[in-house]
Amino acid sequence: MQQIISLLMENKPGALMRVTGLLSQRGYNIESLTVARTLDPTLSRMTITVDVEPNTRTQVIKQMNKLINVLQATDVTEGPAVNRELVLVRVRTTQQNRTAVLKEAEIFQARVVDSTLEGFALEATGDPEKLDEFIDVMRSYGEIEVTRSGMVSMSLDNKKLRLSPPVPRGAAPEEALELQNAEHQ
Amino acid sequence: MSSNLLSGAKILLNCLERENVECIFGYPGGVTLPLYDALYDHPIRHVLVRHEQNAAFAAQGYARATGRVGVCCATSGPGATNLVTGLVDAMMDSIPIVAISGQVTSKLMGTDAFQEADTFGITRSATKHNFLVKNVAELPQVVHEAFYIAASGRPGPVLIDITKDVLQGQAHYTPVTEIHLPGYKVYSEGHSGQIRRAAQMIWEAERPFVYAGGGIIAANASEELRALVETVDAPTVLTILGLGGIPAEHRNFISIPGMHGSYTANMGMTHTDLILALGVRFDDRVTGRLSAFAPHAKVVHVDIDPAEIGKNRHADLPIVGDVKRVLPKLTAELKELAPSMKEKNAAARQAWWEQIRAWKDENPLVPERSQSEIKPQHLMAEIDRLSGGRAIVASDVGQHQMWAAQFIRFNEPRLWLNSGGLGTMGFGLPAAVGAQFARPDKLVFAVVGDGGFQMSIPELATIVNHALPIKIIVVNNGYLGMIRQWQELFYNNRLSQAELCSFPDVEKLAGAYGFKGRTVEKVNELPKALEEAVSEPGPYLLNVKVSPLENVFPMVPAGGAINEMVMRPPQPVEV
Repeated sequence: MQQIISLLMENKPGALMRVTGLLSQRGYNIESLTVARTLDPTLSRMTITVDVEPNTRTQVIKQMNKLINVLQATDVTEGPAVNRELVLVRVRTTQQNRTAVLKEAEIFQARVVDSTLEGFALEATGDPEKLDEFIDVMRSYGEIEVTRSGMVSMSLDNKKLRLSPPVPRGAAPEEALELQNAEHQ
Repeated sequence: MSSNLLSGAKILLNCLERENVECIFGYPGGVTLPLYDALYDHPIRHVLVRHEQNAAFAAQGYARATGRVGVCCATSGPGATNLVTGLVDAMMDSIPIVAISGQVTSKLMGTDAFQEADTFGITRSATKHNFLVKNVAELPQVVHEAFYIAASGRPGPVLIDITKDVLQGQAHYTPVTEIHLPGYKVYSEGHSGQIRRAAQMIWEAERPFVYAGGGIIAANASEELRALVETVDAPTVLTILGLGGIPAEHRNFISIPGMHGSYTANMGMTHTDLILALGVRFDDRVTGRLSAFAPHAKVVHVDIDPAEIGKNRHADLPIVGDVKRVLPKLTAELKELAPSMKEKNAAARQAWWEQIRAWKDENPLVPERSQSEIKPQHLMAEIDRLSGGRAIVASDVGQHQMWAAQFIRFNEPRLWLNSGGLGTMGFGLPAAVGAQFARPDKLVFAVVGDGGFQMSIPELATIVNHALPIKIIVVNNGYLGMIRQWQELFYNNRLSQAELCSFPDVEKLAGAYGFKGRTVEKVNELPKALEEAVSEPGPYLLNVKVSPLENVFPMVPAGGAINEMVMRPPQPVEV
């Protein structure tokens, strides 16, 4: 059973390794992983699809939430969410089949991004199952080459993001100021 | 303006000073030379250990004995990789340490430079968090974050990997006044509604049982635990990391539970109808076969780490919070509810205590003794007599660790230091070093096996260097005792690589390092030999030849239910 996890994390070196490390140290195989920065460039959003036994799912989410760089890890497998993936398909096709391929592409709302005498390069988005079907259909027309983006997911739940406030540490503010002034004199 | 500039090494030391670090356990190397140069005339004390792994254990000993963050330091490559065992050990037992490792100059990173290792990657899963610093401007922020992360919430080890160019680089130093870790959540207060419900559940129980552990020690909550235990008046077991959480002499205290727990502890756990689990993680060494563990019990589980709740055993009532904050509230609720609820099950609770006492009478946990040889249990009882529940005992790992936990009393927290989770041999001696630095006022015993001792002999030099009056007691049976015990019981007595075959003459060994040592074999000489070791102003190495084939009992075989204990060795058959 695939678990879909959505993470909001700090955009820092090593953050990705911490998350994937949690999964690999338990021997879980990652099916897909996408990561990109958010509106706030200091943060990244990650979607992971991973094969996790149902009874350890909560534990995985809890462990991810414990990571210092992770602001929020959410299991979006069952909650209301939109899941989308992009696929690029190159299909080699005969002259006779070109129109048929284009018709099929249209059914899947795929776009032609390149057209040559040998065939087409097509781009389609949708939920991963729909893309599976699209790929199957294209395969029936000839040799294909496929690159999938991995799934991106957005929860439709209104989950509050709880962030920890700053903590006083090191020097007292007055002391720091004094030291700073002393240094610049 | 050049006077405003400080080197990265000096900035690091400034930050450590601000974190009230008094002492660093470490070993220098090529890339940490700038740091050692800055240490040369700096008030922070540096203790030169003889192996980086022991630097991490000494830092742990310091942290375990005080609750303050222990600090260790190693160079890049082999120095850093040698720290790893100590880091994982600290991770398993939730011990706050900060490790500083040097890294090759940032330009050389990734080129297989001399003494380069991917320390940041290697220690990712060995630490609560780790940092790689490649820019001197980030250093103060990182150091303060590291100490905060190590000590707060569920404590643990944090590593800071610092490149040589950062240590050498110059920067304007402005002290940090606050740190911001938006994703780091510390849950401390506990949900008040849950706490109230817990109080109700506790009064509704007929056979309540307190199971408390390392969380109590980490939170310095032993007073709070004691107040709670006395309010509920429940029998109480402490895990091997929780010993001292309430005084061993407290009338409610039983023993450790689990694989080598007492009959009473394990029967109590099996028959209770309510486990009050406080700062514990239902470790497999405690629960035995999980499906048979405490089959009649509801569980109230208080822990600061939400990931521990329900990890191994379902919590009927979870409370995520710091036991230091939660327990007083729980005690207050219990007191408030007492007038209306306490009497309801008074008779059942009376009967429960009678049952507990009956179990104790049936199979008391008493040290074996013999006229002809020194039983290891007897040795522990003698150490206990000299400690009086007040000495620090750092143990190694194996049979002697279990006997020490069974028979040495700890009347205060932070006296009993052992590697519980990772079970690292070679832990005891360096941990004692750290503890003696932290508590120069305390009598410190390093109780080690003849196997583990031989993993840490180099630290005798550190002990002598600093004239640490540690009493090293080698529980010498000539075997890797726990290995031999398992081979005897579960592998048809095929003793494969369990016999150590040789051991140095301790009088000569200690003498070679410049202090006193002796071997004791006769049972009637044991008390005096121990007294002599304790009264010696300096370190002392006492090699105690104990009965070679003694095994630890009670024992729950791996995968067994904890009430299926083997109580004593099979008796020899008369022919």
